[in-house]
Formats: sequence, structure tokens, C-alpha cells
Amino acid sequence: MRTYEEVLLECALRDERIIVMTAENRAAIRNMPPKLGERFIDVGIAEQTMIGAAAGLALRGRIPIVHALATFLTFRAYEFIRDDVGIAGLPVKLVGGVPGFLSDGNGPTHQAVEDVSLMRGIPGMQVFAPADIEDLAATLPLIFESPAPCYIRYPAPTPTNIERVRRGIGEAEVIAAGSDVTILTYGLLVREAIVARELLEQQGISTGVIDIRWLKPLDVDTVLNAVSRSGLIVTLEDHFLTGGLFSILSELLVSKSIISQVLPIALEERWFKPALLPDALEYEGFTGKQIAARIASRLTVRSSKTKAQSFSEV
Amino acid sequence: MTPLSETRIKELESLALRVREHIIRMSTGGGCFIGASLSCADLIVYLYSEVLTISPDKIHDPNRDYFLLSKGHDVPALYGTLAELGYFPKGRLKNHLSVNDSIYWHPNRGIPAIEFHSGSLGHLLSVAIGIAMDIRLRKTSNRVFVILGDGELNEGSVWEGMLTAAAYKLDNLIAIVDRNQFQANIRTEELIPLEPLAPKFEAMGWLTYHTDGHDFAALHKTFSDMPSKTGKPSIVIADTMRGKGLPSIEQRADRWFVNFSQEEIAMLLDELHGEKSAELTSETLMVR
Repeated sequence: MRTYEEVLLECALRDERIIVMTAENRAAIRNMPPKLGERFIDVGIAEQTMIGAAAGLALRGRIPIVHALATFLTFRAYEFIRDDVGIAGLPVKLVGGVPGFLSDGNGPTHQAVEDVSLMRGIPGMQVFAPADIEDLAATLPLIFESPAPCYIRYPAPTPTNIERVRRGIGEAEVIAAGSDVTILTYGLLVREAIVARELLEQQGISTGVIDIRWLKPLDVDTVLNAVSRSGLIVTLEDHFLTGGLFSILSELLVSKSIISQVLPIALEERWFKPALLPDALEYEGFTGKQIAARIASRLTVRSSKTKAQSFSEV
Repeated sequence: MTPLSETRIKELESLALRVREHIIRMSTGGGCFIGASLSCADLIVYLYSEVLTISPDKIHDPNRDYFLLSKGHDVPALYGTLAELGYFPKGRLKNHLSVNDSIYWHPNRGIPAIEFHSGSLGHLLSVAIGIAMDIRLRKTSNRVFVILGDGELNEGSVWEGMLTAAAYKLDNLIAIVDRNQFQANIRTEELIPLEPLAPKFEAMGWLTYHTDGHDFAALHKTFSDMPSKTGKPSIVIADTMRGKGLPSIEQRADRWFVNFSQEEIAMLLDELHGEKSAELTSETLMVR
């Protein structure tokens, strides 16, 4: 499988408009400087300068792709992204490293769990949260073809081995369909959702999993289809409850006057406990097993409530 | 260098006077940041007339020089200059603050030859860096000029950008500080002192120049003596006066953002032409 760096290099060597930039975060692009020469620009630990300079390069017809940790990129440089990229509608591609739980032991300063909320609020900004490098690498050429600015949540290094058919911008991947419950998720937690699905299916609960991929533009048809076919929709995300996928789904359902059962699984009004990734997931209740238990419990409560109601009606 | 002829200096002074008239006329019907506009008017007039390789028929030429106004609230001086030099019809200036045009309190790309919007301070040095980097990649000889306010130097992003520009040896980048000694409501030296300023820039690796920002002969000497291929970005500290040209506005902390009556505008136009001082009664609006 090709790495992000290999695909990015291939794109950049094919299209001289592409400029690879970083605010001294070279984790994913370590080998590029000798290959790209002056089209590799490291501005130092200066996220604001990087975004402003990217806008200047884009004004001259370039397509800059900038790299920094998701927190410093989307929070520190937020106003630069909003003003210099957003207002101008320039094709700057923003790659945020270690988003969500991937910041594991760093602590709350490094936890980008409000990045989706901020980036999707900028008019014209696309938001892509691939589950693995394979999906990111395969989609990257399309992202460069699009004239829109785009925020990319850089995924975990380990593959998911999902067989994909949906590759376009704004297209979600239905990993499995289900009638009792459908889990909508993105990024790191796609793999936990797949584990949860296996456990729920073993209990006879028909469970669907959709890798949303694009928070903006949203695959409205795929989401509405899942809503109409499932008794319960779960939004699962390593993001605050505010402004992420739960909010996106809520906005969609309200705008379509659709009433649906929704179980949001997200971080509620607090940052997560810093620890190595598996331990942080466990502590916060985001392992596949814990997700399955929460969903099963919600279904049990609902079905017993429904029974109680029907008895009283008799 | 060849000094500017007396005739040319007179022409520039006359152009700057007309630009100041436009600024005064934009100080009513909603108002504008008159003091900052008057302080940088001569700088903008000089750059567009004598330095920038740009003209109304070349505003999209990739080999043009770029001019960016980072302290965007002084844009009436830029609107006036561009209209006078034929980048757009002077009649459009009457649309100041109209929903039917894009002539508002900060620069934007709805106006011909305005390269980029500003408004939030501390942004356009970094945008200028990106433009300068691309020009260098393409190996052309055009340059990028960006005017910064002295108050704007409070913003950390300016200093961040200065380090990066020096590291990348952007000798096609020229910043100009409109050193009018004021930030919004107070003198710079009374709030966040900048002096000694030139050594700060020098220490950061910039070639540093000092000039009188209202004297066309001095400006010409500074800009035409600037060496090229130095491996360093340049910065010009231009000593200016807030409100320059109108004694009743000059160096007045309380004449920052103003919205005058038609009568006051008429009096200010007279004052600009050396007649009696205007009697101003409108209060300054504090919008920041």
C-alpha cells in the first residue's frame, strides 16, 4: 500500500502548482524536501505565517497543502484560515495531524476535538476525516482537483482494510447495512464501530456502519437512507458533542422535519483523559466492546419502555 | 539615483492633495478612519506613482509589483489614489458604504488593483511572504510592498512573519511602517512603546531604512537607493503624522474614526487648502 507521502509526492511532481508546507511538523512528509526543492516550505513553528503565506501563494495560482498538528492549525491559526483562506475562497488544503484521540498522551492542549466544528463553520470549507491512510491517499488527487479549501483530519497509521466503493468528495461508505441500528462515524472510530457491529450482530441486533468520510459536504442521501431504515441512529465521534457529526445530523433531521431516535456518543463538555491510545479509548468508553454495550443498553431500555407503555394501554 | 524634478514633486503634491480631498469627503455619511488615512496618503501616492510596476491595464500581469495594505482601515487613501490614477472611475467614490458597491471601511478585492482584503491586523505581512515566495520560485524580478501600521506592530504575527521572511532571504519583499506614532486611541509610546524600533528590525535580519513619509524627495531617495539581491527583506520606517494636512485633525487621539457633518466637510476642505481652521463639533466614534 502506498503511503500518504508517496501519493502526495506523485501529485506534486505531476502538478507544479502544488506547494507542500509545514509549520515544522514533518512527521508525514519527512522525505519530501530533497525531492521537491523550493516547493517544500517549512516556515518554522509559525502556523499563522504558514496560513497567510499559503494564501499569498494561492493568489499566485499555487495549491498549497499545509501541515501542522490539528490543534495548532485549526485553533492557533483559526482567524488566518477564516480571513485569508475562507473569505478569499482560496484552494488551500489544510492537513491536521493527530486529531481527536490520536493525540493520546499529549493532554488537552493537543486534543483537537472541536476542529470539525470550527472548520465546517467557514463558508466553502470542505471537511474530510478519512478512516485510514489508504482512503486519504486515494482521495488526495480529487482534493487537489477541487478549487475549494479543504480541512483534512490526518488518520491513524494502521490500515482498516475496508473495501471501498465510494471515493468521491462528499460520498460516504456504507460498510454494512442494518435495520435495528446504524452507526454513523468517521476517522479513527470507524474501526471501533466495526468491532461493535460484530458484537451486536452476535446478540441478534441488525447493525449498520457508515463511514461518513466527509463531514462537509455531507452525503445527505446515504444518511437519510440509513435514518429511514434503522430504528436507532448512533453518531460516534472523537469530537465534542457540540458542532460535530451529532450536530450535523441534528441540523439535517430538523431541516427535513424528520423525527428519529439518535444516540450520540461523543465527548461531552470536557477533554479526554490523556493516556496511550488504547487506554484512553477504554477509559472514555470508546472501545468497540463499550460502544456495543451502550447501544445494546439503549435498545433494551427502549424496548422495555415500549412494552411497559403497551401494557398500560391495554 | 536621479532625484525627482521640481515639476514632478509638484505633480505628486497636487495628486496627494486630491487624494486628501477624497479622504475628507469619505469622512461623512458614515465616516472613516481619517487620521490614519491622511498619514499614509503620501506613501501610497508615491509608491503607485514612482515605484510599483503596475498600471490600470496591467492589474493582472503576473510580473507586476504587488501592493498590500495590512493596516486596512486607512483604505480611503488607497481608494482615492486608485481612483485618481484611473484604476476605477472617480465617480465610484460616491458609493462609499453603499450596498451597491464594495467601497467600505476595509480593503477588498471588489476594487480593481486591490490585491487582497485586510481589516484584522497582522495578516498581510504573511500573505506578502507567500506572494514573494512564489515570485522567487518563478524567478521574476517583481517585488511585494506591504504597509504596516505602527500600532499593528503590537500583533505577534508580524514578528513571526519577520523571522520567516528573513530566514527565507526574501529580498523581493519590502515592508513600510506608517510610523504616525498613534495606535487607535493613544500614542504608541504611551501604551506599548516601540522605540528603539529600527534596531529591532535590524536584529531580526531586515535591511532597515528611515525616511520622512510626507516628503516626496526623501521617499524617492530611500526607495531608489534600495539595493537589490541583498538576501534580506527590507523595511522602511516612514515618519508620518496622523491627520497630516489638516491641523484640526493632526496628532489628535480623539480624531480617529470620525463621521462629520456636510458643513464640517466643507470647512475641512477649506482648511486643507490653507484657509481658516475648521470648527469641528462631531465626536469621535470609538469603534474599536
